[in-house]
Amino acid sequence: MAMLSVNNLGISFGGLRAVDSFNITIEKGELYGLIGPNGAGKTTAFNLLTGVYKPDTGRVLLDDVNITGLSTIEINKAGVARTFQNIRLFRNMSVLDNVKIGLHNNYKYSTTSGILRLPTFFKTERQMNESAFDILKVFGLDKEANFLSANLPYGKQRKLEIARALATNPKLLLLDEPAAGMNPAETDELMETITLIRNKYNVTILLIEHDMKLVAGICEKIFVLNFGQQLANGLPSDVLNNPEVIKAYLGE
Amino acid sequence: MNKTGLNSMNKFNKSTINNIITIALIIVVYVICQILISTGVMSNLLQGLLVPICYYSILAVSLNLTVGILGELSLGHAGFMCIGAFTGAFFSKCTATILPNVFLRFTLAIIIGALSAALLGALIGVAVLRLRGDYLAIVTLAFGEIIKNVINVLYIGLDSKGFHFSMKDTVSLNLLDDGQVILKGAQGISGTPQNTSFTIAVLLLIITYLLISNLIHSRSGRAIMAIRDNRIAAESVGIDITKFKLLAFSISAAMAGVAGVLYSHNISSLTATPKNFGYNQSIMILVFVVLGGMGNIRGSIIAAAVLTLLPEYLRFMQDYRMLIYAIVLIVMMIFNWNPTCVTWRKNHPIKGIFSLLSNKTKKEA
Amino acid sequence: MSFISYLIKGISLGSVYSIIALGYTMVYGIAKMLNFAHGDVIMIGGYVIFTMMSTMGINPLIAVLASIIFCTILGMTIERIAYKPLRKASSLAVLITAIGVSYLLQNIALLIFGADTKSFTSVVTLPALKLAGGRLTISSETLITIPACIMIMIALTIFIKKSKTGRGMLAVSEDKDAAVLMGVNVNKTIAITFAIGSALAAVASALMFSAYPSLTSTSGSMPGIKAFVAAVFGGIGSIPGAMIGGILLGVIEILGRAYISSQLADAIVFIILIIVLIVKPTGILGKKLKEKV
Repeated sequence: MAMLSVNNLGISFGGLRAVDSFNITIEKGELYGLIGPNGAGKTTAFNLLTGVYKPDTGRVLLDDVNITGLSTIEINKAGVARTFQNIRLFRNMSVLDNVKIGLHNNYKYSTTSGILRLPTFFKTERQMNESAFDILKVFGLDKEANFLSANLPYGKQRKLEIARALATNPKLLLLDEPAAGMNPAETDELMETITLIRNKYNVTILLIEHDMKLVAGICEKIFVLNFGQQLANGLPSDVLNNPEVIKAYLGE
Repeated sequence: MNKTGLNSMNKFNKSTINNIITIALIIVVYVICQILISTGVMSNLLQGLLVPICYYSILAVSLNLTVGILGELSLGHAGFMCIGAFTGAFFSKCTATILPNVFLRFTLAIIIGALSAALLGALIGVAVLRLRGDYLAIVTLAFGEIIKNVINVLYIGLDSKGFHFSMKDTVSLNLLDDGQVILKGAQGISGTPQNTSFTIAVLLLIITYLLISNLIHSRSGRAIMAIRDNRIAAESVGIDITKFKLLAFSISAAMAGVAGVLYSHNISSLTATPKNFGYNQSIMILVFVVLGGMGNIRGSIIAAAVLTLLPEYLRFMQDYRMLIYAIVLIVMMIFNWNPTCVTWRKNHPIKGIFSLLSNKTKKEA
Repeated sequence: MSFISYLIKGISLGSVYSIIALGYTMVYGIAKMLNFAHGDVIMIGGYVIFTMMSTMGINPLIAVLASIIFCTILGMTIERIAYKPLRKASSLAVLITAIGVSYLLQNIALLIFGADTKSFTSVVTLPALKLAGGRLTISSETLITIPACIMIMIALTIFIKKSKTGRGMLAVSEDKDAAVLMGVNVNKTIAITFAIGSALAAVASALMFSAYPSLTSTSGSMPGIKAFVAAVFGGIGSIPGAMIGGILLGVIEILGRAYISSQLADAIVFIILIIVLIVKPTGILGKKLKEKV
């Protein structure tokens, strides 16, 4: 059974149909690419999937559970985590704390035991630190754990966003242009990291990307969106050679 | 555990160490004050300021939770203090004969003051915390004014038949001969037992400090700060925005209520005037927070203490005091936020007077 | 008859609120900030007119004009010195700065003019209108205020719809970044917005202090806050909203003062604010702001 099954999802802003009849089925463990020219509605599709916008039409099933129209918070709790195109870190907090906020719903103790410093506070905090460090190590960020997240170089900020999303222990991870602003060496490293976390954390990934090298290099399937509608969907070799897709990218 | 892991444990302990330093600092100052009092060195004027310093510190620390940690502006902090002051004094006056045990009565007064302020804080929070931050500022301001206005027209009396309410005057309370008027409209509550002492005030300050500092350095505190730094990202990792905003806001209001109870049990006659519970008072608490450093709890205490003492010793400056506060607010904001100033500060690392003495909880790394 | 008289008084006060609310709503719509000092510009305007008329004996009309010019320059100066450096700062920092400016203006006025209440001489010298055989009196201030408010509203709407600067304002309020790309000078647009808002504050101060003549350094803050409530009530960012909100608020305040309790009139106004924010946070004519993700 499909992990994510999206049926006829759509939204309009004023008169503009930003996303129209968006249909995608993602199997467990797949690494799917979502591409398309600027303004095609890719980020809007992510916002629909994560509950930032409420869709006008269609429905979203995650492991057969209907998550359509739920709030962002509920959708995250159901197992969908994301990163943002314009990086949204907790800039005044340390790298470690950014990941620990990702762990918020996985390690719990009450506010009272936090204020009274009860034993569960110390025990849970220790577990959270260990868990956060495990994740940071995967991304090579453990040395910077106590840095202010705003002071990280750009590429590492993008990685920290992925680390934070991963800390929520998602089934499905949505990455919005993870390689944006990275140099080729950083992109290569990122490709390795994405492949690694997929295997290590057993997570299904849908990513938006403009870097075709990354998309062709790691995605198993590609979905092409143009003017809010599906242009192509399938294996990279087929999709990237599709004349319609080439036309959409290069113009007429 | 590896080296970086240990580092994290150090950092984790840092909050505990900071707590110890701050509390030690408070206790040292307390002991010095006690010695000065017993040897008769301390002037009456200064002795009279000791309790105010404590309640102003509590107000500043609690407002810092809303402004510095949650990142929302409340202009009604004096309103929460007002609620605490009146409910606390009301309780103490009603039970003065029934509950002769001062410790028990005062403790209950503190709890009642804190709870009523927290309840109102939560009510306001539910109404406006989901809106843009500017609305919270204006609504809290409005709330402070409502409280003051309502208290000034409210008459409550107590006799053997129970409580009597009126919004007109004492006569319309229709009290029996054995009754007494407890809340007398604009004349407020007089004759509240003066149960506050410097020792109690210092104890409450320490409790407030620990409560808020421990909250900040816990799972809930991180969630609150995450909302401040980026609401949308916080939602995306499943942080319940409303819950934690309400939590921070109510705790902040509750502690302002505690400060109010301290205030009302330190004076003989309690009235709600623009001077003690008005908008200007809220602004003054905000000045303490901004000057002490937003998000910096120890800084708030130091700023509150210094700015309470300073005007008494710089009497010639009295006329210019508020003017200086205003300029300080503007300059601090521009200095902290203007891109040119930020770059300049990076190139010229100097430390503020208060940041030398205090730790930055906001910017740990 | 007394009800009608209260109603007219309410509409008159509401017209003043409307004019002040315009300043708030325009600045909020365009600079996305709550200009807390707006009310204090009214107070300064009042002192300028008072000084010129009572101390120097200058003609009221010239005094009002001078006050408009003074407040316009003051508003632009405040924007340039205090708000412009914080264009990219958090809204919390801007709000605290605005409070600082408000406080600064109040305390400068306090130092210059002292703490005693000044009695403002009305700038309107017309006789009051007596109707229904003298049972209904409409003050000359009211006779000026209501038409003045309507004229300002019409002029402002035409300015924003027709002039290049006005359309630039609309563009900036809609999408600042896009406006820049379209060649709109954002800094200039914001400065002009402050200029217009402050000029209107000066007009409002002449009208308000003529009707309510006691003038102190804090006289501007409460009307300022109420005008903001009016702006929220009508829907922040909307010019007709400011007018509707202002007049409704003025009427509610005067009727509340007359029929419920004079001490609770302010509380009633604020309770309305809270109710509006709970029931319809966007106000009567406001539209929803969407945050970009």
